[in-house]
Amino acid sequence: MDLSKLSALEAGRMIKNKEISVAEITKAALENIEKTDKNYHAFITLCADEALKRAEEVQKGIDDGTYTSPLAGVPMALKDNMCTKGILTTCASKILTGFKPFYNATAYSNLENAGAVLLGKLNMDEFAMGSTTETSYYGATLNPWGENRVPGGSSGGSAVAIATDQVYYALGSDTGGSIRQPCAFCGITGIKPTYGRVSRYGLIPYASSLDQIGPMGRSVGDVAAVLNIISGHDPKDSTSVNMDALNITLKNDVKGKKIGVPTDWFGEGLEKDVKEKVLEAAKKLENMGAIIEEFKMPEIEYVIPTYYIIACAEASSNLSRFDGVKYGYCTPSFDDLTDLYCKSRSEGFGMEVKRRIMIGAFVLSSGYYDAYYKKALQVKAVIKKAFDKAFEKYDAILSPTAPTTALKMGENLSDPLKMYLGDIYTVSINLAGLPSMVIPCGFDKEGLPVGLQLTGKPFSENELMNIAYSFQKETDFHLKKPVIKREV
Amino acid sequence: MKITDDMIDYISELARLRLKDEEKESARNEMEKIINYMDTLNQLDTTGIEAMSHAFPMKNVFRKDEVRPSADRDDILLNAPDKKNGAFKVPKTFE
Repeated sequence: MDLSKLSALEAGRMIKNKEISVAEITKAALENIEKTDKNYHAFITLCADEALKRAEEVQKGIDDGTYTSPLAGVPMALKDNMCTKGILTTCASKILTGFKPFYNATAYSNLENAGAVLLGKLNMDEFAMGSTTETSYYGATLNPWGENRVPGGSSGGSAVAIATDQVYYALGSDTGGSIRQPCAFCGITGIKPTYGRVSRYGLIPYASSLDQIGPMGRSVGDVAAVLNIISGHDPKDSTSVNMDALNITLKNDVKGKKIGVPTDWFGEGLEKDVKEKVLEAAKKLENMGAIIEEFKMPEIEYVIPTYYIIACAEASSNLSRFDGVKYGYCTPSFDDLTDLYCKSRSEGFGMEVKRRIMIGAFVLSSGYYDAYYKKALQVKAVIKKAFDKAFEKYDAILSPTAPTTALKMGENLSDPLKMYLGDIYTVSINLAGLPSMVIPCGFDKEGLPVGLQLTGKPFSENELMNIAYSFQKETDFHLKKPVIKREV
Repeated sequence: MKITDDMIDYISELARLRLKDEEKESARNEMEKIINYMDTLNQLDTTGIEAMSHAFPMKNVFRKDEVRPSADRDDILLNAPDKKNGAFKVPKTFE
């Protein structure tokens, strides 16, 4: 039996029923990673010894009734921007060289308390700034669905680890699409929860008003099980909402649901195959009993400039903490304190990170603050209002996730503005703080996956997941697998 | 808008970054393209619209003012590139 093909919930059930031990499944997963990851580079850090030790602990905990979660003992991994006690946390940046946090991110603590077995830390764009995972200091991650294709980003390592059956689920983070777009490019399922649903404590910040941690996995069922564990109020994150952890119960529930399709999101720039597959998915949902209705949302034209102004402004402020003094990389020779700061930062950050810090410093600088930053916050209010209006009528909004399927490596790296434009369908949702889910809905003519994006009103995760779950009950796109290259 | 070399120097100074000459050139070109694209926001009249920082109404979150242990000093210093006598070591900041 090939254990790697199980869903997270199936693996959890087999562990609970003593059909396999935690050590067995952990060993099998580590062996599989060793065979495959030279070809894909999903991991920055593999914690083989820690994982095997942890597997024994978790097995005891399951046997004595400490761990009762449906995912107890199931091997998983984290995007490398979440703090893990005593384990390298790099944000895929040179500037965090050697950084070992002394505490765990709350989302990971919650999983630990549920008996998760951490296999390692996953690759990403440096500081989550990018849409291809090519800006990682540790090198690019490859998409298993096509030769020389990017996995998307910034949570590209998380997406590939799932798509290649290396892990049963992973956590990603999403500031402007960083969970959803790699899910679409790699043919997997994921959700960016409502802002505040999951604690951000221990998530190394990019843009704090937009960042949100979320689960990525093989099906809606797996993703819902993870979200149940990681959600909930955390006194250590005062923006986490004061609500209990989710207790999602999935049901086939799409009849009579009103789903809006914003026609302005299907215009110029959207690849023909992506458009077709997404509209076919809408038709499918209609046949299943949903009410599909078109509507206008012309504010889409303004979402990218608004997002990049706000995100870069927050990044320039957040990343000021990297100074060569407290942690990570420090330049070997310097004249004075300013020189130490400037050299450590210039040598430690990659070009895309520097670019965003500088854009942020510019839009916040005196003389330009009102014209850019304040203006963007006003347009954000306009965008939020457009969503509020749509959700007066609809239970969910259906759209593409990205204008294209997985790009060729290097295609956008030389043209940052072109890369930013690829985020058109995802960024507005972070500006409005909404929950948004991506599920596979077909393949383009080259065999690359297409992702369907379903967005809901604040805190409607369960409702949203019911629609996605119903769709997966009727389709098998999420069960399709790429050919995985293994070394013998 | 035109982004000049002086502007790049000023922004780099604010950001505590020093760019090499070739990096400066490409930063100037790319920033100009990006900032000009951001100017599309000017097509939208936002007179009278209040700037929105958070998508949901946020109130200040208070907690009881009580003494609790903070992080351990040794833990905090664990990752310091340079330290001395239980503190971060930095170059002299004033004479």
